Amino acid sequence: MADAPPATEPPSPPVAERRRWMGILARASAAEIEQHLADIPAPPPHRRLRGPETGLVMVRGRAGGDGAAFNLGEMTVTRCAVRLEDGRVGHAYVAGRDARQAELAALVDALLLDDAARPAISEAVIEPLAAAQQDRRAAEARRAAATRVQFFTMTQMR
Amino acid sequence: MDTRFPGFADPVLDAQACFRAVLEAMSRPGRIQPITPPPEIPPGLSPAAAAVLLTLVDAATPLRLAAGDDAASWVRFHCGCALVAGAAPFVLDPAARLLDLDPGTEEEPERGATLILEVTSLQDAPGWTLSGPGIRDTHRLRVEGAPAGFLPDWTTNRARFPRGVDVILCAGTRIAALPRTVRIEEA
Repeated sequence: MADAPPATEPPSPPVAERRRWMGILARASAAEIEQHLADIPAPPPHRRLRGPETGLVMVRGRAGGDGAAFNLGEMTVTRCAVRLEDGRVGHAYVAGRDARQAELAALVDALLLDDAARPAISEAVIEPLAAAQQDRRAAEARRAAATRVQFFTMTQMR
Repeated sequence: MDTRFPGFADPVLDAQACFRAVLEAMSRPGRIQPITPPPEIPPGLSPAAAAVLLTLVDAATPLRLAAGDDAASWVRFHCGCALVAGAAPFVLDPAARLLDLDPGTEEEPERGATLILEVTSLQDAPGWTLSGPGIRDTHRLRVEGAPAGFLPDWTTNRARFPRGVDVILCAGTRIAALPRTVRIEEA
């Protein structure tokens, strides 16, 4: 939106940084987020502004990077927006139907908007989740690598 | 774009109940209907008007709104509607004049705008005398705080049937509706 936020709001973090932690939270399960939330002081009470509510979003694709956009299919998404008492608003859009995950992700997003508290929360919640996701990806990549077919080898065998 | 204010406590059931109240109000012109407002109201809107907006406005219905920035960001957040300055199917603007709004066309009179009008109070007491479809004989309604020149404008609005503008009056947590068919006389 084009209108500037009111002067009372804290300056928002860089978009790329927020996008990164929102992505990590969206890929983490409710149990994982809850487990890491236990490591930081209990979050202040929050109020639901919207949701958590489940709906469908259309996923669009583009063939070859320059083809016409097409509708790939619909995906189930749960979204939530919460407000802390000091007015910070956190958002979450997560795949699937886990309302608890969406609410926790929105809550952590709101907590991370506080510049002073961000390093501690990031250290306790975001980084462990990111490391676990990185490990899972690496393990999967290793499993997949074992089944890799080297096409050039078959060409040479002919 | 963020707002500090939540929407309906129960988005589905509260919106359905409010829709029912608007339906009752439209089908029984001038009858006052209570509505359940959202738990917190952004400044600039009455509870009734806030509930009506949450119920009727969505991404497919642009809104002309003049109730302050808080109300604008709240409506945009919860309804996902476009806010426009010109012709719109829903209008909540104290400066809007009845006859300036889109009355629809002879072929598509359903495209006529709906004006959501904030008034000071609505009472089932002598004031206006309403008659027309949906009213057996006559019905009385006292409206305080209607804009100046509303009744002459209404006579003109009614004369261009089937085109015309419908009005939802909001005061506190009560609404009453004036569909374009209703005849209003000052008692």
